Amino acid sequence: MTRPLKKMLPQTHSGASVSDVMMWVLLAMLPGIAAQTYFFGWGTLLNIFLCGLGCVACEVFALHLRGRDIRTGVMDLSALITAVLLGITLPSGATWWIPLLGSAFAILLGKHAYGGLGQNVFNPAMAGYVFLLLSFPLAMTQWPAPLGTNTIDGTTMATALHVVRENQSLLMADLWQRQPLMGSWGGRGWEWVNIGFLAGGLLLLHRKIFSWHAPLAMLATLAFCSAIFYDNGSSASGGSPTFHLFSGATMVGAFFILTEPVTSPTTTRGRLIAGVLVGALTYLLRHASSYPDGVAFAILLMNFTAPLLDQYTQPRALGHTRKTLRNKVKSDD
Amino acid sequence: MNAPLWPMRGGITPPPNKQQSNAAPIRFAGIPPELIFPLSQRHSAAIPVVATGQQVLKGELIARAGDEFGAPLHASSSGEIIAIETRAIAHETAHTSRCIVLRTDGNDSWRERYPIVDFAQVDATQLIERIRHAGVIGAGGAGFPAARKLIGDKNQPQSISTLIINGAECEPYITADDRLMRERAHEIVQGIRVLQQILQPQKTLFGIEDEQADALTAMRAATIGTDIHVVAVPTLYPTGGEGQLIQVLTGNEVPAAGNPADIGVLCFNVGTAAAIYRAVVLDEPMLSRIVTISGRACSHNGNFEVLIGTPLPALLAQAGYNAAINTTLIAGGAMMGLPLKTADIPITKTSHCFIAGTAEEFPQLPAAQACIRCGYCSEVCPAALLPQQLYAHARAGNDLQLHAHHLFDCIECGACDFICPSHIPLAQQFRDAKHELRVLAFEQLQAPIAKQRFIAHQARTARQQQERELSRQQRLRNTAGLEPEAVPQPDTSTPAAEDNKKAAIQAAIARAKAKKAGAPQRPADDQHKP
Repeated sequence: MTRPLKKMLPQTHSGASVSDVMMWVLLAMLPGIAAQTYFFGWGTLLNIFLCGLGCVACEVFALHLRGRDIRTGVMDLSALITAVLLGITLPSGATWWIPLLGSAFAILLGKHAYGGLGQNVFNPAMAGYVFLLLSFPLAMTQWPAPLGTNTIDGTTMATALHVVRENQSLLMADLWQRQPLMGSWGGRGWEWVNIGFLAGGLLLLHRKIFSWHAPLAMLATLAFCSAIFYDNGSSASGGSPTFHLFSGATMVGAFFILTEPVTSPTTTRGRLIAGVLVGALTYLLRHASSYPDGVAFAILLMNFTAPLLDQYTQPRALGHTRKTLRNKVKSDD
Repeated sequence: MNAPLWPMRGGITPPPNKQQSNAAPIRFAGIPPELIFPLSQRHSAAIPVVATGQQVLKGELIARAGDEFGAPLHASSSGEIIAIETRAIAHETAHTSRCIVLRTDGNDSWRERYPIVDFAQVDATQLIERIRHAGVIGAGGAGFPAARKLIGDKNQPQSISTLIINGAECEPYITADDRLMRERAHEIVQGIRVLQQILQPQKTLFGIEDEQADALTAMRAATIGTDIHVVAVPTLYPTGGEGQLIQVLTGNEVPAAGNPADIGVLCFNVGTAAAIYRAVVLDEPMLSRIVTISGRACSHNGNFEVLIGTPLPALLAQAGYNAAINTTLIAGGAMMGLPLKTADIPITKTSHCFIAGTAEEFPQLPAAQACIRCGYCSEVCPAALLPQQLYAHARAGNDLQLHAHHLFDCIECGACDFICPSHIPLAQQFRDAKHELRVLAFEQLQAPIAKQRFIAHQARTARQQQERELSRQQRLRNTAGLEPEAVPQPDTSTPAAEDNKKAAIQAAIARAKAKKAGAPQRPADDQHKP
């Protein structure tokens, strides 16, 4: 037998490109970024700018080291997305080297150490964020007071999620009245940031950039868990479903991090399971851990399971029954 | 009447590019001075039954089928066989084939024909034999012999409930079936009636894409008063795939390791139906077919009725082909077609389209980037596979995972390539992977045979060594003064020095004899190795 000829089919293409996809993702993050800048100050934009600088520089450096085409590597815009995602997780007003260090970790160790775009096991931005959080816990948890809290400008404090977790004595209703960090239904300021990212996420859903499975599963699970442990707003309550949906990194996590294709499952059922996992873990970590938010850890933990989920959630191929499918997977293990 | 439709899995909507070639009526491409008939077929090569220099009439048998998956070849015009030699062909795994070359005389004179006026009176088995002898094969592209499809493995007409006629020409650029349906609806309907006569199906569904409005109108008009149901199916690539059309029209899936007949369905292309009509009713073997010539490097695009064996350059010339601006020449459609390295090939029974594209029409696609596992490919995959996983496993050479991810259910439609934002040549990768696994399976099949050969070889070597040892001892005895029996002694007495010389010569003769008796000797240092 001779080998088939090279490069044959097909000779036509839809015109879709990685950079188009990434460009839409970047655009869709604008409303959330705008809200975050409005409530937490220009530091947000400065963080994103520094992360952009750091990420692109590290990307160029890593591509050069690996002998890859630098232009293609940078033009796919994936490094910029990592930069923006990392930038918005950092407290506004963080010291200048924090974004740069996080970027270096995210791109060099989180991404290129695994083989670059498409090969990384963990979401680079989340890896960078967790690295910073574990290394510099104080700097990473001091957020400026959101706009409208009637405190002197520049005061740094914990977030609404932290307040609810630490609360031992007050009913939820009282907490809402006394605590300046609580907004109308979520954390002050954060509720609008979350609405911004939700809007961007819906735009991407509409553009069919990703499927609805993972975000919906995550949000539904988070709402479900918080509803169970709401405890009618008692002092032991974990916070209401709306509070959890519109506080912290919920929406950005559901629509911009969980849907990052490289590190999450690629099958429909796998994505549903991953969403449920992340939703449940987020709630658990918010409720029981000592970190400011649970989304980043939940997603990193889910990243571990992605290959396994892919393996065991294969769709039923045309002309196969579920039974033959399962037998085949079993016999091949 | 409209039958209910079921959704197809996945699918894409590439630019159809049909208007380039579907406006003009079918033209006859004429009789070229030379006709070339490649002998290579699906699994075997056809066997020539003519000799160089022989005169043949149009429709005369020139090669018989090599096996049950092959089909006989017939002279598509009258003339003289001038050569049986190796020529270039269009095929995915080969560049050349042995071909029968016929120089036409221009008279186009027919052999005697025996038309059947009323095929309803003819036995199904006889009809199938007639189709087999006419060399009718699937005109859709796969080239499976129609007669073999009709009898299946049981050597009698297949027992099916639904006959499906495939008029869903979903590939971009191709309009051969479209024009055929618009202009020769009657031939197709007669062909379908022959098929109905053979198969006795409970219902006959005729699927045509809903955007082919003229073809739908023509076929609806031609099937009034028959029990053929013309169904408009959604325009979606690859609806025209056999498994896909069956799914859309019946809601059933063809079992992965099986055939449509397993679920009581048989599917024939409209071109095949028309060829069956000609074979059965007119006693005309498959001598010509409709070929689309499209692409911007041709000024007079359209559909041609082409004699099988016509050289492609002769056909392209009729369409106003401009080689200077032609950068991409494709045999087939823009999705599943085969890029040609040379235009110097003949038209075969499975050639349905040639696209001569310009650089502007087929720009160089960007280089492949890394897979980002976006999963768009699995959304459009009509076989419900996970191309992104298959790709990773194919690159890793993980054969077990490739089987577990159903590599062999891939129909190579290229929908995943079309949608891939990283421009990865997925279908090509899968085709290569399939090829490698087939080679591997073939080699595994050969392994026990090779082992037997090796054992036999070892036994033979051991025997030869023993024989050599014996003859060596014989030589030693000879040199010690004993007379060898085999070699006659000279009658004159000789000095001792002469004796020694003779013994040496005899030893050389004995060595040569031993060498002749056995296999070629290995170098001395190799002899202790197994």
